[in-house]
Amino acid sequence: MGTAVSAEPERARAEDFERTIAADERIEPRDWMPDAYRATLIRQIAQHAHSEIIGMQPEANWITRAPSLRRKAILIAKVQDEAGHGLYLYGAAETLGASRAELLGKLHTGRHKYSSIFNYPTLTWADVGAIGWLVDGAAITNQVPLCRCSYGPYARAMVRICKEESFHQRQGYELLHALARGTGAQRAMAQDAVDRWWWPSLMMFGPPDDASPRTAQSMAWKIKRHTNDELRQRFVDICVPQAEALGLTLPDRDLRWNEERGHWDFGAVDWDEFRAVLAGEGPCNEQRLDQRRRAHEEGAWVREAAAAYAAKHPAGAAR
Amino acid sequence: MTAPALTESEREAALALGDDALILSHRLAEWAGHAPVLEEEVALANLALDLLGQARALLSLAGDEDELAFRRDARDFRNLQLVEQPNGDFAHTVVRQLFHATWQELLYAQLAAGGGPFAAIAAHAAPETRYHRDHAVTWTLRLGDGTAESHARTGRAVRALWRFTGELFEPVPGLAGTDPGGLRAAWTERVTETLRAATLPVPEAPPPPTAWSAGGGRRGIHTEPFGRLLAEMQHLHRSHPGAAW
Repeated sequence: MGTAVSAEPERARAEDFERTIAADERIEPRDWMPDAYRATLIRQIAQHAHSEIIGMQPEANWITRAPSLRRKAILIAKVQDEAGHGLYLYGAAETLGASRAELLGKLHTGRHKYSSIFNYPTLTWADVGAIGWLVDGAAITNQVPLCRCSYGPYARAMVRICKEESFHQRQGYELLHALARGTGAQRAMAQDAVDRWWWPSLMMFGPPDDASPRTAQSMAWKIKRHTNDELRQRFVDICVPQAEALGLTLPDRDLRWNEERGHWDFGAVDWDEFRAVLAGEGPCNEQRLDQRRRAHEEGAWVREAAAAYAAKHPAGAAR
Repeated sequence: MTAPALTESEREAALALGDDALILSHRLAEWAGHAPVLEEEVALANLALDLLGQARALLSLAGDEDELAFRRDARDFRNLQLVEQPNGDFAHTVVRQLFHATWQELLYAQLAAGGGPFAAIAAHAAPETRYHRDHAVTWTLRLGDGTAESHARTGRAVRALWRFTGELFEPVPGLAGTDPGGLRAAWTERVTETLRAATLPVPEAPPPPTAWSAGGGRRGIHTEPFGRLLAEMQHLHRSHPGAAW
């Protein structure tokens, strides 16, 4: 292919891309897109998928100990949904030319990250509620704007995922509500969980805007619609009245209503902790990756068997 | 829910089938986060959820579902020993599913047709049992006729679990219009067909349960791993007597 011939169509395609973004229309898999746009999306979607998969672990930790059959069913269904979300998202990433196996490989070798929040341990049953209310709540605040993301397959995956996430979030809130209205021990369990999960949830929005180098480009491409700090503020404003309704406190002495801004002021996030967790030094980083790698390695013979069977029985293997 | 009054033997039958579903659901849910491929995370959770739904319906017929699940001791559980067996590797789980789902599909078809207090629950569960068996058959074929390693692992699972199959055909008083003993021929034919198609050896006829061998589950005689399963399952509930969740 001569470059002289392709230069002109290349420029036309780039202009077309810019026009599509400017008009708030969607980029689809067969459309031309800048390499950096493709790479950014693959990384973001894959890390989102990895977060769903690793995020199964802290909650699955309580499935076998759930205190009622109704709660157990809700929790199994939720963890199942997370596996499903991981599948949609790997599917969306594959429309950009990546493969699930390659992306999982990057997760397993630590070249890709997943949400910092899942490196915290679930120590009591109330943590399941705190994860639903705060962690899913933060995820929804982050993800609702992604339903308008410029890349079509990602935006459509987010529409489906956000519906299920809102359902999980309400269930988590309802779980905490039952504990907060329960016995003294249950109420203490709920408060302790909120105390441990509040700050890590605020960290889910990522570093502050002045330390988030990729934000400007992602906003220009309309992958991202709001800055980290805007979304974090929105989340705090939503949570404060919800905590009051639960009769639980948020562990921040600097939390107060700012009449002038029309927002809740809140204290400083411990960014040293955030960086340490992202760098692999959080309480459960090793455990989470080890479990994921072990499931993959111990399942290798099963995947090989399925492939061998499919090769022997090409007609009967489709499922 | 106001449960229709059951006779004492019907209540025992509700516990037997409810406990089967409860305990097998628990075992399957232990896979969450450990499955060999993401699609199986979804599938195994789906099986666990179906069974938990059946357990809740059946236990609610017999009394309060949570009271029955969380406050009985091992000697009071009526589940088959088969369903309490630890997951082992994926082949072990698949073969346990094959044996149970084949039996459950046959039994529930009879129950659904037979009228009586379990007909509605069995009719609701029948499509689930078909899906469970389909899943188990599909994987038995893939593993049995896959690689040398998967073939060997699946053969070991069949041999290890076979001794728990005799109890499937023990009579369960209270199951009006059904006769588990009468399912033996159809069960054996179906399982044999699947094992043969999967190129796996077919063991001799299921051993009849005796006092000293596998098969006392319906009488509250369980295997050693069961106590630990209950300890884990019941710990939180029992730690907060009278609490609502």
